[in-house]
Amino acid sequence: MTGRFILIRVLAVLSVLLGANYIVWRWLDSVNWSAWWIAVPLVVAETYSLVDTFLFALTMWRARERPGPQSEPQGTVDVLITTYNEPIDMVMRTAEAAKRIAYPHTTWILDDGARPEMEARAREAGVGYITRSDDWTGKPRHAKAGNLNSALFQTDGEFLLILDADQVPDPLILHRTLGYFADDPAVALVQTPQWFGNVDEADPLGSQAPLFYGPIQQGKDGWNAAFFCGSNAVLRREALMQLGIVGYVRDVTDSTRRVLRTSEKVLAKEIGRTDDEDLRRELVDVRSAVGAARARIDAGEPIADVTFELRGVVDEASRRLVARDVDSMRADLAAIAQLPLERDAELDAVVVDDRGLDLLVETDLSPVGSIQAVGQLLEALRIDRGDEAQPVLPLATISVTEDMATAMQLHALGWRSVYHHEVLATGLAPEDLRTMLTQRLRWAQGTLQVMLRDNPLVKRGLSAGQRLMYFGTMWSYLSGFAAVVYLAAPFIYLIFGVMPVSAWSTDFFARFIPAFVANQLLFVVVARGVKTWRGQQYSLALFPVWIKACWTAFANVVLGRPLNFAVTRKDGRDPSGVPWREIWPQLTAMVLLVVALVIGALRVAVGTADGVGTLVNTAWVAYDLVVLSVIIQAAAYRGPQPRAITEGES
Amino acid sequence: MNLSTAVQEHYAVISIEGRFTAAVAPRLREEANDLVAEGRKNIVVDLSAATFIDSSGLGALIGALKTARVAGGDLRIAAAPEHVLSVLRLTNLDRVLRNHPTPDAAFNAG
Repeated sequence: MTGRFILIRVLAVLSVLLGANYIVWRWLDSVNWSAWWIAVPLVVAETYSLVDTFLFALTMWRARERPGPQSEPQGTVDVLITTYNEPIDMVMRTAEAAKRIAYPHTTWILDDGARPEMEARAREAGVGYITRSDDWTGKPRHAKAGNLNSALFQTDGEFLLILDADQVPDPLILHRTLGYFADDPAVALVQTPQWFGNVDEADPLGSQAPLFYGPIQQGKDGWNAAFFCGSNAVLRREALMQLGIVGYVRDVTDSTRRVLRTSEKVLAKEIGRTDDEDLRRELVDVRSAVGAARARIDAGEPIADVTFELRGVVDEASRRLVARDVDSMRADLAAIAQLPLERDAELDAVVVDDRGLDLLVETDLSPVGSIQAVGQLLEALRIDRGDEAQPVLPLATISVTEDMATAMQLHALGWRSVYHHEVLATGLAPEDLRTMLTQRLRWAQGTLQVMLRDNPLVKRGLSAGQRLMYFGTMWSYLSGFAAVVYLAAPFIYLIFGVMPVSAWSTDFFARFIPAFVANQLLFVVVARGVKTWRGQQYSLALFPVWIKACWTAFANVVLGRPLNFAVTRKDGRDPSGVPWREIWPQLTAMVLLVVALVIGALRVAVGTADGVGTLVNTAWVAYDLVVLSVIIQAAAYRGPQPRAITEGES
Repeated sequence: MNLSTAVQEHYAVISIEGRFTAAVAPRLREEANDLVAEGRKNIVVDLSAATFIDSSGLGALIGALKTARVAGGDLRIAAAPEHVLSVLRLTNLDRVLRNHPTPDAAFNAG
C-alpha cells in the first residue's frame, strides 16, 4: 500500500471519529430546544452529513488502482451504439470510430428512433442496424434498457461494448478491457470513465466527474461494487442473460402465485353468488384444481407443468360453460322477446337499452362474469410474461437508470465488476443548464427508484460492503433536504436572532473545526489535484433537483404515478434559454441570503445582535453564496470556448 | 452445432446437437416459429446430444415456450444431460421447466 493510501485511511478514520465527536455533542449538549423548529432540523441535517462522510470514508478505505488485466484480450465482441434521436452525423461519427476499434468485433447501431435515414447511413458505412421488433408494439418500451434488451436477442457476441451515441471510442478500448474477463471468469462488467471533450477548463456545468470516475469508482471497486454507468463499459453476455433468466423465473413464479391466489378468491365469490347449479359445479371444480395447483407449486413442482395442466382444466370448464351459455343466451333471447323491448325494423335486431342489460345481469340469466373471470385466469397461466415484449429482459427495467439496477442485480448473483481507470472514449456533455438539469434529475430519480424498489440494504446476495456502496450513492441524493436547512439556519439567525445551537462557544469551535478540517483534508488527499469543487457546489446548489427527484421517485414507486423518461440532449444547446422555472429557488435563496447579511450587519450596528454569532453566520452565508453562485455562472454559460469540436452539432 | 426437427403425430421434436449458445439461439427461435405457423404447437426440445448450454440457450428455450404457449400449445424439454440440468438449477429455471426422460415421454406422460 502506498503512502497516499495509508494517509487516506488515517484521514478517513479521523473524519469519522471527529465528526462523531461533534455530532454526539450537538445532540446531547447543544441543541437549542426552545427553537426546536430550526434546531432539530439542523442537527438532523448535520447527522445526515456525518453519515455521508462515513460512507465516503468507507468507500475510500479500499480505493485501489488496478494495474490492468493480465490476460490477453479474447472472445467475440459486439459493439452496441444506442441512439434515440441524436443527430445522425453524431451517431455516424461514433460508429465510424467504433469500426476502427482494433480488436475484431461487429459494430451495431441500435436505433430506437427507427429512422430510415439512420438505417441508410448505417448500411452505407457497413455497420449493423437494429430496431425494435413488432413484439414491442403496445408493450412497455423501457427506454435504453429496452433498446439493449431487444438487441441482445439479435446479436451473439460473448462480450458487449456499450456506447452512448456521443461516446467516440479509442481504437484500443477492447484491448485494454477484455483481458479482465479472462483473468476472472466471474467478472461480468468492466466500466471505464466517461469523459467529455466539449468541456473547457472552467466546466461551469460540472460535467466532468473526476471524483466519481476516479477515487469513488476505485473505492467501490475495492468492495467489488464498481458501478455500471450505462456507457463505455464492456459486459459479459452470459452474465446478462443469466440475469434475464433468473428474472424471468422470479417474475413467473411470483405472478403465477399471485394469479392463483386471486383466482381462488374470485371463484369463491362467484360460487357464492350463483344460483345456477351447473355453473356452481364447474366453478367448484375449477377452484379445487386451482388450490391443487398452488399446493403443487409450493411443493416445488415445475410451474410450466402445473400451469399447463390447470390450463387444460380451466379450458375444458370454460368450453362447457360457453357451450351451455350459447344455449342459455338463446333462452335469454327468447326471454328478451317476451320483455317489452323495441325491435329495430331496419336492423332487424333487438334494441337492448341499458335497462334491459341491467335486467339481464340482475336476473343472472347468463354467467358472463364468471366466464370472464375464468378466461382471465387462462391468460395469466401462459407464463409468457405477456405484459412485456420479451419474456427475458436481461437489463433491469425497474428504474430509468437501468445501469445501476443491472449492476446491483449482477452483484447479487455473485458476479464481479471492474473499474478500469483510463479514458477510452470521449463524449459530449450537455452545453446548457436546462439540459444538464434534466440529466441530473433523471440520474437522481433512477437511483432513488432503485432504492425504493430494490433496496440494497436488504437485497439478498450482496455483501455488506456492496450494500453500503450502493446505499452510499442513494444516500447522497437525499442531500437536498439538508441543503435547505443549511441555507435556512443562518438566514433565520441573521434576520430574527433565533439560534439553532445553544451557543457559538469555545465548546462549539473546539469540536466543529477539527471535524471540518479532517473532512476537507480527506477530500484534498483523495482528489489529488483533480477539481472537485464543482461537484461540491452542485451537491448543494442543485437542492431543488434533488428534492424533486425524491418526491417524483416516491410518487412513482409508491403511488404509481408515471415518471417521464428524459433523453439527454447530445446535440449542443437547448434553444429555449435560461430555465428560470428550474432555478428560481436558488436565485430566491441568494437574494434572501444577501438581505440577511445586510440585516445581520445592521442588527450588530444597533446593538441587538451578538457579534460572534453574527460573524459565524456571516461566514456561513458567504459560503452558501459562493456555492450557489455556480447557478448564475451556469445560466450564463453558452457552451465551451470555440474549439474544433463542434462537428455534428446543430 | 446441429439442429434437426422430426415431426410426430401429436408433437414435433427439435434435437440439438453440440453447443447450445447465443450463436444457435436464433435458429431454435425460427424453428419454433415455423412449427407453430404450421399448426404444430406441441414441441419437445431433445437435449440429449447437447454438449454445452449457456444462458442464451436457456433464453431461446423460454422464447420458444412463449411462442408455443401463445399459440395454445406447449414446449417441453427432454433427455437433458447432467451438465444441462446443473445450468437449469443455477438459474432456477428448473422451477419452471421439467426435464422429461425421453422425447416420447414428454407429451405422452402428461
